[in-house]
Amino acid sequence: MMDPKEIETMIARGIPDAQVEVHDYTGGGDHFEALVVSPSFEGKGLIERHQLVYQALGDAMRVQVHALTLKTLTPAQYQNRR
Amino acid sequence: MADIIEQIESAVKKNKVMIFMKGNRSFPQCGFSAATVAIFDQLGVPYETADVLSDPELRDGIKRYSNWPTIPQVYIDGKFVGGCDIIRELHETGELEPLVKAALAESATQ
Repeated sequence: MMDPKEIETMIARGIPDAQVEVHDYTGGGDHFEALVVSPSFEGKGLIERHQLVYQALGDAMRVQVHALTLKTLTPAQYQNRR
Repeated sequence: MADIIEQIESAVKKNKVMIFMKGNRSFPQCGFSAATVAIFDQLGVPYETADVLSDPELRDGIKRYSNWPTIPQVYIDGKFVGGCDIIRELHETGELEPLVKAALAESATQ
């Protein structure tokens, strides 16, 4: 069981200047979706971006999190989306 | 241990579109695996799958192979392309089909 806030904190700690929003979409504490916006995604492909998020989560990703739906955007991409 | 990595390598080299998933294309055992094969079915392209649930060594090995902690994993033309979210995103932006078609066209001319 993990709290979405814990995941937010871990991602924010691992990725400088990241804005993170995490939701538990089943309420079971193991299926999450995350929106991560960070300038460090600039110039990186999707695989690298997702790997940065997975790295920030470390062992929690392997053990506690069953599913994490990821959206990784640069600040410019985030602006365009709104 | 080295064996499983070799097996993975030969599977991704042999199959232009190779999907490591939970379950199989008829009976996916996870929503993300199901969504991923559904996209390739929609594209109507040939693909091969391997079920990580029936092989714990593969389940562990594939995560190490790509340094990627989740399943499903899609390989196109021997290269790791992503998990469910990335495939979905590439499909939505229209980038997936040309990528697959290019890989398949290449194998047809060989």
